[in-house]
Amino acid sequence: MSILVSNETRLLVQGLGRTGRFHADRSIAYGTNVVAAVHPSRAGEVEVFEGDSDRSGVPGRPDRFRVEVPIFRTVVEAVGATGADASVVFVPPPAAADAIMEAAAAPVPLIVAITEGIPVADMVVANRYIADKPVRLVGPNCPGVITPRECRIGIMPGYIHQPGRIGVVSRSGTLTYEAVYQLTRLGLGQTTAVGIGGDPVNGTNFVDVLRLFNDDPATEGVIMIGEIGGTAEEDAAAFVAKEMRKPVAAFIAGTSAPAGKRMGHAGAIISGGKGTAAAKIAALEEAGITIAPTPTDMGTAMLSALG
Amino acid sequence: MKIHEHQAKQLMAARGIAVPRGTVAFTVEEAVAAVRPLVEESGNPVVVIKSQIHAGGRGKGTFVEHPDLRGVTVVTVGINGGIDATEAAVADLAAQMLGSLLVTIQTGPAGKQVSRLYIEQGINIDRELYLAVLLDRAIARNVVVVSTEGGMEIERVAEETPDKIHRAEVDPAVGLATFQANSLGWNLGLEGPVHVGFAELAKTLVSVVSELDTDLIEINPLVVTTEGKVMALDGKMAFDDNALYRHPDVAAMRDETEEDPAELEAKKTGLSYIKLDGTIGCMVNGAGLAMSTMDIIKHFGGEPANFLDVGGGASAEQVAAAIRIITADPNVRGIFVNIFGGIMRCDTIASGIISGVKEVGLAVPMVVRLEGTNVELGKQMLEESGLNLVTANDMKEGAQKIVELAG
Repeated sequence: MSILVSNETRLLVQGLGRTGRFHADRSIAYGTNVVAAVHPSRAGEVEVFEGDSDRSGVPGRPDRFRVEVPIFRTVVEAVGATGADASVVFVPPPAAADAIMEAAAAPVPLIVAITEGIPVADMVVANRYIADKPVRLVGPNCPGVITPRECRIGIMPGYIHQPGRIGVVSRSGTLTYEAVYQLTRLGLGQTTAVGIGGDPVNGTNFVDVLRLFNDDPATEGVIMIGEIGGTAEEDAAAFVAKEMRKPVAAFIAGTSAPAGKRMGHAGAIISGGKGTAAAKIAALEEAGITIAPTPTDMGTAMLSALG
Repeated sequence: MKIHEHQAKQLMAARGIAVPRGTVAFTVEEAVAAVRPLVEESGNPVVVIKSQIHAGGRGKGTFVEHPDLRGVTVVTVGINGGIDATEAAVADLAAQMLGSLLVTIQTGPAGKQVSRLYIEQGINIDRELYLAVLLDRAIARNVVVVSTEGGMEIERVAEETPDKIHRAEVDPAVGLATFQANSLGWNLGLEGPVHVGFAELAKTLVSVVSELDTDLIEINPLVVTTEGKVMALDGKMAFDDNALYRHPDVAAMRDETEEDPAELEAKKTGLSYIKLDGTIGCMVNGAGLAMSTMDIIKHFGGEPANFLDVGGGASAEQVAAAIRIITADPNVRGIFVNIFGGIMRCDTIASGIISGVKEVGLAVPMVVRLEGTNVELGKQMLEESGLNLVTANDMKEGAQKIVELAG
């Protein structure tokens, strides 16, 4: 079992530029069902992907793959023709929020936005637009969602993942990989790993993902990785204290970050004394969450939380 | 991106928000020349001379070179002495302020050099209020925040007298509705024409936010003049960097002298760099990993010299640029390279590090932690490179090693 994505997920790719094409290829190599692409200027064409299958991906596949992905002008056309039920957005920042809204209008039930650098005002509008639609947005500015050996949506390295017992949810890309790799080495593996992104305005939040993991029978524990800025971690702590039935371990990045400086991610900033790592760690500990003192300790913190 | 007060006021004035009339001055002569037209137009002999730096608290701030002089000074000698006396006083003050270091609660003890002044008409103040528009991340919407405690630090007001702060959420499809603006005005105790003026100003300000993609607009104080006019006496604006591409006129207001030169150079080479005060330089891929690399150095007793995210890969050019930037900081006594290869192969990254280091040279110890595909090959390449590099198996080991080596 898993959350959000599985081997039945039918993926649509919005934006077939260099990055979009590269990662669509990596997802297909992993064994993900990529069924369509939207790229208006190339509508009617077919994009051919071929190469060696990723041996760490979906089991039981031939060594080599060749997949023809039809390209459509609009998301509605793509969904109508192929039954796509998830979309990954690689569209450049100026048009990315529009691409998200287009996917929501179709509607595509799961929209994963990878694009970094979308104007905040655009995301405020997009968030309002999708609020009453039957869709879930993950991201933007995130590594994506993966269920090991079933479905890879995004830009993460597939081979570090292993099917297992732990759910991972994170605001940071490379720190997700650290956590995943530690879980794999410890033999705990992952049910699903979800990057919720480093922007100040995003779709799915910690609480949403924790709720999904809470209800997923295969998930036995959750690692959450937060960072300075905002109050999403404090909200997660309140949820865990009240409703979470499974052990949670956490790491918060930015204990040494100065106030008032954006630490790479648009959302990673301590402003007006709010959003410090210390306050987040205190809230998480208060909720009974096991804190990893350094990022190297995320896997072992999970082990000790499992008891 | 931040801009100066005089620029923020220019943007506000162009959109119909009342501000005192003023003139920007880069020299003493320009400051003096500004006085006469301002006084003659207003009929008020008082002018204000305001240091322009990208930091708050200027009114209470003082200069390293002139401990008794405030960053913002009201010149009143003209009341008895006339314009000539005002000009003489402005000449004296401008000469002291220009080129001096202004220390405020936001600049740090070193202060920031003042290279431009804003000379403004004096205003007869009846009441001082606070008004800001900023993003509330928890609801993914902008909020308008007002307070009766103008001129105070809003964080302190929020802590000590939270009942004096009122807010309204902005629906992106509506803007600030008239009823919301009215309520805020009544919350501030405003009535009659002043109330109408405030509500108009608040609605205009919210439209400025969506027009210009500001991260923050803060007017502290927003004043009611004795003539009953609602006016922005100060103005602070910061912009969403990701949206600057659609506001070239705003982007042109950037004052690069206000930014750290190393951070500026990094930005131009596609690196995300922030200078800190420690001794251990960091080169990392990914923002979260870069932040936690600083944290782990601190955890083991070291002090990070910087935040540096080289992005997805680590090409020879990027590594070379990163080393140049890190080692230009004279405090750096060691460098910790922490790369989680992910999609990129570690041997590719190792060759980037080797050629980057060879290109710029290395005078301090460097510890490299690599993880990802072909990690053994990558480590072997680093060890056989003949360069003064130490490899580490994980982040913890790497951090401990560099703290020890940089001693």
